Amino acid sequence: MNDPRSGMRSDMSPLEVLLVEDSPGDVRLTRDAFINTNDRVNLSVAVDGAEAMAFLRNEGEYGNAPKPDLILLDLNLPKIDGREVLAAIKTDDILRSIPTIILTTSAAESDIVKSYKLQANAYLRKPVQLDAFDNLIRSISDFWLTKVKLPRQGGRS
Amino acid sequence: MTTSRKGGLIEVLLVEDSPGDVRLTREAFRDANSSVRLHIANDGVEAMAFLRQEGEHVDAPRPDFILLDLNLPKMDGREVLALIKRDDSLKTIPTVILTTSDAEADIVRSYQLQANAYLTKPVQLDAFESLVKSISDFWLTRVKLPQQRKNR
Repeated sequence: MNDPRSGMRSDMSPLEVLLVEDSPGDVRLTRDAFINTNDRVNLSVAVDGAEAMAFLRNEGEYGNAPKPDLILLDLNLPKIDGREVLAAIKTDDILRSIPTIILTTSAAESDIVKSYKLQANAYLRKPVQLDAFDNLIRSISDFWLTKVKLPRQGGRS
Repeated sequence: MTTSRKGGLIEVLLVEDSPGDVRLTREAFRDANSSVRLHIANDGVEAMAFLRQEGEHVDAPRPDFILLDLNLPKMDGREVLALIKRDDSLKTIPTVILTTSDAEADIVRSYQLQANAYLTKPVQLDAFESLVKSISDFWLTRVKLPQQRKNR
């Protein structure tokens, strides 16, 4: 999968993943799973919706934050809700092309439908079992970071 | 772990004009996931008729998932994507681009139009099969799809 001829990326630059998650346990599990799965991933974490938007808009202490290649977004978050973060991303001309995947404990049909209406790229439920969680992150990594063609970075700095 | 659906079938619409690619995709899905019922539209006009249940497609099921080629006769895949994602009823159907084009302009434009993901068709046969398996694993077993409403 690191074959440069595979056409994934012409360079071996890091894959920037932004995880928006308020649970320290889930952050840790996600980080560990990515470390075991894909050593090109550079995981950044925002612990609430306001921090996520500051990161994405390079505001305040995030003046030099990289533009993420992929966003993993929890729905139930302090300060600004994940639904609101999703709506803000998908109505922003620059941010909307970043694949944004919902990763949440909610199985409510209303959350699923609303997320797709707001143009979430995919909706996933957090598994309770530890090895299922690992498998899910592996599956996200395999599909989104090796198979999918992501838009190239805009060279924002 | 698959979302339970009426009849246990997952309705997939493949919009593809190449008979060879249709055949490869059909065979790969058959090997990957026996719950998939694959429907084919050979051009963009047929795809929209299927999705809108027009003409001979009046009884067409609402797809759970759409695989869409970009370069299509009659109506281009880019236009089909734009129509799907502008339609309040259709926009919730995950729509994944599967094309030979790796032009950055097509990739960016597709994501701007809210394609759910963008994939390029591998040339090698086993890579093609592995990609369809990967699509099936991620989208049809892991992802939570919106529930069907059989009567639209």
